[in-house]
Amino acid sequence: MTPVPIKGILRVKAILLPVLAAAAFLGVAMGPGGGDPGTLIRSLAGVPLEDAVLEDIFWKIRLPRVLLAALTGSALSLGGLVFQALLRNPLAEPYILGVSGGAAIGAILGILLGLARFPWGSLTAFAGGMATVGLLLLMSSWKTGLGKDALLLSGVMINAFCGAVILFLVSVTPDARLFNILSWLMGDLSLAAMEQVKLLAIVTVLCATALFGLSHVMNLFLLGRDTAQSLGVRLGVMTAILLTITSFMVGVTVSICGLLGFVGLVMPHLMRLSFGPDHRVLVPACILSGAAYMILCDLLARILPAQGEMPVGVVTALVGAPAFIFLLRRAAR
Amino acid sequence: MTFAIEALELSHAYETAAVLRSVSFRVSAGDYFVIIGPNGSGKTTLLRLAAGLLKVQTGRLEVSGLPVQRFRRRELARTVALVPQAGPFEFPFRVAEFVLMGRAPHQGILGLESPRDLRIAREAMGFTGVEHLAGRRMDRLSGGERQRVIIARAVCQQPRLILLDEPTSFLDLAHQAQIMDLMEQLRQENGVTVVMVSHDVNLASMYGSRLLLLAGGRILAEGKPEDVIDADLLEKAYGCRLLVDRTPATGARRVTPLPKEALGRQPPIRAIDSFK
Repeated sequence: MTPVPIKGILRVKAILLPVLAAAAFLGVAMGPGGGDPGTLIRSLAGVPLEDAVLEDIFWKIRLPRVLLAALTGSALSLGGLVFQALLRNPLAEPYILGVSGGAAIGAILGILLGLARFPWGSLTAFAGGMATVGLLLLMSSWKTGLGKDALLLSGVMINAFCGAVILFLVSVTPDARLFNILSWLMGDLSLAAMEQVKLLAIVTVLCATALFGLSHVMNLFLLGRDTAQSLGVRLGVMTAILLTITSFMVGVTVSICGLLGFVGLVMPHLMRLSFGPDHRVLVPACILSGAAYMILCDLLARILPAQGEMPVGVVTALVGAPAFIFLLRRAAR
Repeated sequence: MTFAIEALELSHAYETAAVLRSVSFRVSAGDYFVIIGPNGSGKTTLLRLAAGLLKVQTGRLEVSGLPVQRFRRRELARTVALVPQAGPFEFPFRVAEFVLMGRAPHQGILGLESPRDLRIAREAMGFTGVEHLAGRRMDRLSGGERQRVIIARAVCQQPRLILLDEPTSFLDLAHQAQIMDLMEQLRQENGVTVVMVSHDVNLASMYGSRLLLLAGGRILAEGKPEDVIDADLLEKAYGCRLLVDRTPATGARRVTPLPKEALGRQPPIRAIDSFK
């Protein structure tokens, strides 16, 4: 007899794998550089295209970009899922909590220290993310009388502060190294290179595997601290492990793609509504749906503007911020 | 002979405020042990210590013959189940999923259920009479249903000792009696030791095999309900005038707090909230 969560995972795969495949197909097929689904099918079938440039656009420019978008979407969705379980707050998310902002400061400081943005910037971003998480936990342990909301408010303030620090650093540095940093801050996938894709792939696969291993522990976390402990969860150890894995994954993602807000909010909630609260099902669901979502957001960022393209962070925020307000209203009821 | 719980000169303080002051008592295996006492008397602290949720500061506290801090968390979870005070529940698990989580300390880290786990969960739901709710969402249950589901989860854990923190508060009369009866049945059929913190002195008197009366972090009385449910003792503990007689239903001692009109001009009782 197959255990129920395994059946759930199979169902998730059956529904979301085709969605992800379709999103990836569209992501490679379409864009301002030309091409259409029909041409891509012919190219996939091995028919040589009349336009050899289009072949390069498909496979050397758009494919790495689609892969990067997919990995970023998976990592950030998982980040949101973990924070929501750990903090037992359905509105928690790496961007809203300021963890992404802290990672961005880390990445910028790394660049200013003369370290290569890649891969060392990823490590300083991880350090920045961890520092924010530490600050967040410290602040939420203060007795403010705001209860659970104190954590969210602390996060929003940390995020605002991080934003100011970043702009301050950018302003006082007459430095060509920070060129392009502003569009990176709004979340940018346009500089996708295969070596970044490889790094992020390794990090995301490792972290996602570890998080799947801890998915039932996350279920127990939702029952509350006392109950989780009385069911055998070592709360302190597990919290530390989950936060480290998540900060690492989010930090590396931010160092490569910049600040992409609200991704970790939209997908986990949609998945919870569709497949229920079991994290053994939600972890794979967030990996697949987050990837598809980010590919589609990036596609919109490429084809919507009349000229050039907009940072994908604009699209994720345009969708995500109203979603946050909607969820806030639901939580109030 | 090993005891389900044995406390020896157990003291506990939050920062500088002492909540338990050198408490010693024993709970025998198979007891229906009810801890009573006014708010802030240290009842919940005692329960949390036994559940391993608080670190033992001074004194000794043994569970099944072993100091509670020597247990690994999973080991303790196979011995002791906890039904905490009712709290909010925001993530909508189904009843069956929730009860199955009681198997966690017996399962691998992914918590994949075996046929045996499913059978035990089904039996636990049958035991507390919530089988028909299996597919319902936790956040859509009534108070009485939810409490029986939470107890089913604790039963599913197959503990030797079950700790309950005010399981009957917020429940109506019928559901209060139902929960108390369930615990008696659990003790008789499965030999589980029941330790309960309760505000309801009358339920404690009727159901408890032994009672512990706490006041100001100290034990005021411990023993059979006959001995603990005593007007003088309870008036000292709670600081109000009380009438103690017997209920015609079972002959158990019954406590009635007296309203002002019934007191006439009797002087008020001074509560014992600390022993300075």
